[in-house]
Amino acid sequence: MNSIDMPWFLQLIVVAFLLFGALVALIGSWGLAKLPDFYMRLHGPTKASTLGVGCTLIGSLLYFSLQQDGVSVQEALVTMFLFATAPVSAHMMGKAALRRRLKGVPRTRNMPDR
Amino acid sequence: MIAVVIPIAMALFTAAALLNLYRLAIGPDIVDRILALDTLMINSIALIVLSNIWMGLSVLFELALLIALMGFVSTVAMSKYLLRGDVIE
Amino acid sequence: MTSSLLSRKFWLPRPLFSLFLALLWLLLVNDFSVAHTLLGLALGVAIPAVTHAFWPEEARIKRPLPLLRYVLVLLVDILRSNLVVALRILRPARHLQPGFFLYPLTLDDDFAITILASTISLTPGTVSLHYDAKAQTLLVHALHLEDEADTIATIRERYEQPLKEIFR
Repeated sequence: MNSIDMPWFLQLIVVAFLLFGALVALIGSWGLAKLPDFYMRLHGPTKASTLGVGCTLIGSLLYFSLQQDGVSVQEALVTMFLFATAPVSAHMMGKAALRRRLKGVPRTRNMPDR
Repeated sequence: MIAVVIPIAMALFTAAALLNLYRLAIGPDIVDRILALDTLMINSIALIVLSNIWMGLSVLFELALLIALMGFVSTVAMSKYLLRGDVIE
Repeated sequence: MTSSLLSRKFWLPRPLFSLFLALLWLLLVNDFSVAHTLLGLALGVAIPAVTHAFWPEEARIKRPLPLLRYVLVLLVDILRSNLVVALRILRPARHLQPGFFLYPLTLDDDFAITILASTISLTPGTVSLHYDAKAQTLLVHALHLEDEADTIATIRERYEQPLKEIFR
């Protein structure tokens, strides 16, 4: 840890990305823990957690690019991978839940009766 | 500034992982548990990246990439198993 | 496999995919030297040439400029709608009105439908759950469904129309 040689405003940008990402990911997991039915719980991880981890990865990318000479781009790869796969895994889990005929909360509109 | 913030971010992600463990424990359905495991994988990627910065390494990205791959493939495989009762059709 | 050894179709069946593979290789090794660029380009030629026999039909991107605009709109929308979802999660759950709805598709390209389903899952508080190929509908779950017709109209206008333009 020797981040003293970085200008303060660059540090501020990295810090903002890291903190924002962590907060959003925590909210996503909070949603996973507290929402009442599976279909609602699916929203927390697919959106909030993906964005949260994406922001953390971008913060890390900025940090390593500014710290060392030359850019570090592998975080961009992980971020792209996460954003490409999160909808697919959500789709598969949702299909599995429909197949198992999980019930939503009673006030859900147009609950499919398959 | 970064040295102060990284432990805070790690604490937040650890809290998120604990919430995922709570969901993993109480279920109620197996699909909820798959979802909890998937989210746990995503949060652990963030924890690895943060510890990477903390230790000043920048060699742990292969690990993050592998966990991302394993998380995705295992989630899809388990969902597929629940859909068909068979991983390989 | 009737294409001759000299034609472009044999060596570069999908130029965009080759470019993507080369770029992916550079990101993976994190080293932008000439040697790795050449190796990446060689892989970009070799992998599609070997595997294109068992890939599905390639989607044709007709206009790259609307694609760029679509990606930008998508990034902004991901940020915006994620904040909306985060706020909804923080509110008490009894204020939420979850609901399912069927989204009738007007796209016919498989790749475009995949992109649209992923977009729906990533953006406005909705997750696509099931694709019915026969009826051409997507079953979508919304975390907070106020007006079904309004949500469908938003998706159609904001995402499906640009996709139609790109892949037509």
